[in-house]
Amino acid sequence: MSAFDTVLIANRGEIACRIIRTLHDMELRAVAVYSDADKDAPHVQQADQAVHIGASPATESYLVADKIIKAAKQSGAQAIHPGYGFLSENADFARACAAAGLVFIGPSADAIAAMGDKAVAKRRMLDAGVPCVPGYQGAAQDDATLIQEAKAIGYPLLVKAAAGGGGRGMRLVEHSKDLPDALTDARVEALSAFGSDTLILERAVPNARHVEVQIFGDTQGTILHLGERDCSVQRRHQKIIEEAPCPVMTPELREEMAAAAVAAARSVDYVGAGTVEFLLDAAGVFYFLEMNTRLQVEHPVTELITGLDLVALQIHIAQGTPLGLSQDNIELNGHAIEVRLYAEDPAQDFLPQTGTLDRFDLLSDLRVDSGVVTGSTVSPFYDPMLAKVIAHGPDRETARRKIVGALQEAAVFGLTTNRNFLLRVLQDESFAAGEATTQFLSDTTLTDAPGLSPQHAALAAVSQFQIARDLAARRGTAKGVPGALLNWTSATALPTPFIYDDLRAEVTPSGRHSYRVDVAGERFEIDCISRAGDRAVFEIAGNRQTLRAMATNGAQLHIAFADRQFTLTNRVRTYAQQDAVLGKGELRAPLHGALIEIFVETGDHVKAGDRLALLEAMKMQHEILADIDGTVAMIHAEAGAQIAADAPLFEISPDALADD
Amino acid sequence: MLALIEDLSRLNARAPALSASKKPRFEKRGQLLPRERLTRLLDPGLPWVEIGNLAGYLLDTDDPEKSIPGGTIIAGIGYVSGTRCAVVVDDSGIQAGALTTAGGYRLERLQEIALRQKLPFLHLVESAGGDLLNYTVEAFINGGALFANLARLSKAGIPTLAILHGSSTAGGAYMPGLSDYVVGVKGRGQAFLAGPPLLKAATGEIASAEELGGAEMHATTSGLVDYLAEDDAEAVLTLREVVGRLNWTPITDGVEFAEPTLPIDDIAGIVPVDYRTPYDVREVIARLVDGSDLTDFKPRYGVSTICIQASIFGNPVGIISNNGPIDPAGATKAAQFIQLMDQADTPLVFLQNTTGYLVGKDYEQAGMIKHGAKMIQAVTNADVPRITLMIGASFGAGNYGMCGRGYNPDFVFSWPNAMTGVMGGEQAATVMEIVADAQAARKGVTPDASRRAAQRERLTQLFDGQASAFYTSGHLLDDGVIDPRDSRKLLGLLLSVVSEGRIRKLKPNSFGVARL
Repeated sequence: MSAFDTVLIANRGEIACRIIRTLHDMELRAVAVYSDADKDAPHVQQADQAVHIGASPATESYLVADKIIKAAKQSGAQAIHPGYGFLSENADFARACAAAGLVFIGPSADAIAAMGDKAVAKRRMLDAGVPCVPGYQGAAQDDATLIQEAKAIGYPLLVKAAAGGGGRGMRLVEHSKDLPDALTDARVEALSAFGSDTLILERAVPNARHVEVQIFGDTQGTILHLGERDCSVQRRHQKIIEEAPCPVMTPELREEMAAAAVAAARSVDYVGAGTVEFLLDAAGVFYFLEMNTRLQVEHPVTELITGLDLVALQIHIAQGTPLGLSQDNIELNGHAIEVRLYAEDPAQDFLPQTGTLDRFDLLSDLRVDSGVVTGSTVSPFYDPMLAKVIAHGPDRETARRKIVGALQEAAVFGLTTNRNFLLRVLQDESFAAGEATTQFLSDTTLTDAPGLSPQHAALAAVSQFQIARDLAARRGTAKGVPGALLNWTSATALPTPFIYDDLRAEVTPSGRHSYRVDVAGERFEIDCISRAGDRAVFEIAGNRQTLRAMATNGAQLHIAFADRQFTLTNRVRTYAQQDAVLGKGELRAPLHGALIEIFVETGDHVKAGDRLALLEAMKMQHEILADIDGTVAMIHAEAGAQIAADAPLFEISPDALADD
Repeated sequence: MLALIEDLSRLNARAPALSASKKPRFEKRGQLLPRERLTRLLDPGLPWVEIGNLAGYLLDTDDPEKSIPGGTIIAGIGYVSGTRCAVVVDDSGIQAGALTTAGGYRLERLQEIALRQKLPFLHLVESAGGDLLNYTVEAFINGGALFANLARLSKAGIPTLAILHGSSTAGGAYMPGLSDYVVGVKGRGQAFLAGPPLLKAATGEIASAEELGGAEMHATTSGLVDYLAEDDAEAVLTLREVVGRLNWTPITDGVEFAEPTLPIDDIAGIVPVDYRTPYDVREVIARLVDGSDLTDFKPRYGVSTICIQASIFGNPVGIISNNGPIDPAGATKAAQFIQLMDQADTPLVFLQNTTGYLVGKDYEQAGMIKHGAKMIQAVTNADVPRITLMIGASFGAGNYGMCGRGYNPDFVFSWPNAMTGVMGGEQAATVMEIVADAQAARKGVTPDASRRAAQRERLTQLFDGQASAFYTSGHLLDDGVIDPRDSRKLLGLLLSVVSEGRIRKLKPNSFGVARL
């Protein structure tokens, strides 16, 4: 291990930005790498230097070890921080770094390899006396063996890919009859995702929490833990809310789990940051799940309760510096909660969303680790996580309320996100009570996305009214209109219609800052209390509401209420979908010229827009295109002929209209 | 005053309610109601000043409860795509938009305003045309001016734009014909010199309305329509686009000013409904002007004539008003003040609150006629914009000297309490009694007491019945009646209109833009 002053970050997005921040705090140079899709990404701009490493797909850029190492060499980096995901748990990459004379900021390749295979890891853990979920992690992989072992383990059980993670290649099997199919499916998925179809079996632990212990080992052999994190709130086996400490943790249990985690790390002579994951059941019994040999996505909650910079610790260790901490130095203060804001649609089974962020503004004094800014593009190539929002408070409830407040006032516009969903989870009674287990999200219906209510429509219409008014007041001759004249008419007030889906809202100003809005037979009296930028406070029926609204063009409105978010189109300001301009099937020469070529014959079926002939006139070629769908009934001219302007060329008999 | 304002709101609400009652018919035809066309056209929340809101009141019927003010036209000054425009919408929800006297007045008045104030002229056309059942030849002959005005506007360099929402027959066809830009609604908009019935009557030819003048035909064949729209909604959107591209460049930016320190809503309580009750009109002025900050010109000379310099929404303005009758000193004071404002190129605002020029031996001998005449000369020939508000009494030559409608001010609006007449009904009756008594005395007969009483009642009724603001406004003698509490806003907007109208440079041409 040696000192280094330049670090290449073999990653992208929020974690690359996060690492750059610490590097700069430590006065180290940061080198970013980027693919085609990321050429304007924030991590590229924040780094001191950036190296282009290939096309957008990760398999052609961030996952190509050779390119990363070449970039490090080229840029003079002496160390590589892998972040999480991509090459962070790739033992071959760690070895390749060493071979190239680069410091890999992480554990040894052997430790990575040992923990990378779940079967191997589990066997080691059992040897080291770490409690494991009863299961099978043997080398024999034939169906008969697995089915036999499953009988001994009991149902329900989990089939997992030994090399896997993130829920891929994982199957929950309730009954023995479903096992053979599950094995087949899991093998296919595991092979394609991880290049290995080795499976393990584990008894499913019902109503368990996902609790993980952060550990750190230095090159002097010290291994410490930084307390635990509870990451039980998961959807499709992916964490979305994490917190520290675990709501049901006791000092005794923490001591036990931490001891098991340190033992696990010690069994592989662990150096650097690692996380030992456990399942904790309702009775307080815990089982080893796996060990992640890298920095975790959710490391900030540990940072907030310990006051330590985990990336800085990783770098110190990589430089061979002792941790300089003892277990007694590490105090856990208060409570921290992190939520992961994703570009995904919870109503469509969390389908990832791509597009441009018209606005990304969290207006919050909380810690926000993000890799995007307003105007960023979310591409289909990488994980759609936009940001992590992390709150710290003296107790869990304070932290929870802070994060709810931050999300309620967030303006993340342009693509569908899980913001509303996160809010509903955070405000769910059982989550608020700290009772969420890994079953939590499958138990609830928090993914439902209710439609636009008349009250929402009324507030949206007033917001759009104000935005349109202010925009007009900055244009042309309206520029000189004093504010006092806004919302004023000399005789009768004029109601302005807004139409969203099937709701029509009519906005009639009743004062400089007040409005009467009629929606579907309901009347709302709305006062605008304050407005600054896209943030406005309205009073409606005695209640104050804060919302954020942004118009991207004349018709579209992004609007975020405290509990819901919509992207609406005001149909009053849109042209109807234009039917293609269809003709009558009688085509004439547009001008005098020579018919060079005819492409169809009588009886041919053509579609509107198909090329029928080419006419040359005035030194230009003109395409004669079919103006309807139909059959060519008559051709009035021959190729090579001179044609007079307006002479008939083709007759097309239209297709019969299908009965509706 | 609040009761009068209530009456005004009720009158204002009549035409919209009547027009809206036709909603099912419009919906069935896939059309938008005229007012919805208007609200979709205008920029939301920007000011809209209706011109002639009470026009035609008591012209259509003598019954004050049944008369529908506004006629078959909605007209005003508003903003479209950030551009201030003169806007006329045919209210085809009332008498199918057939042009009434009041409607014709509003249309022509808006054309006049567009020309004088240099505002693009927008007309949303859907009119049954002239009313054949009540045909008059003079209406036909004089109606030609509506088309001439369009040609004048185009020549002056002021764009004229129209949407053909419905039929536009005969003379009406020249509405789109003479507009610089025409949007036509497919399937609804029609323009022809002779519709199918007249064509058949005149030549025997049988043709469908679509063939003769459908918007689609005009968009593809005749070239009368520049932009074809699927429906009313799209036509309005298209017109907004076109107006947005007129490049009607901004001239004025907002300036800093202070709101009045005294609340304008007090006006309703300060101003007595009976003009005979005295009050100091400065109380009103202080509530209209920026910071309630005013400079009183010659306050100790001609004291019942008030001349004040101030500003409204940052626009400098010379205000002339009255605390009762105008005496010789008041007349000369006003005449001097008008010349000073003219020299300073400062617009004038007249707040009419006068019972007339003073009469009597002393005043006649002091030269009331020649001093009043000087004031009238100055008012007539001042070369700055003039805006008149009828805020109370307006009697006799006071109406003239204080820039009444006959003096062609840029705008005239009235408060609902305003009373106008050559003299009061009582005075008129008394005058006639004195004349009659003198005649009787010459003939040596005793006047018949009951005839005398009947005549007094008839004359009082004749004069006073025509004096109220609702009546005069209904008879097309102003640009509308407003809530007095809106006066500052109205003046602010109108001052900006007239100032910009003065300084805007147009690009005129010789004959108007020809429709090709």
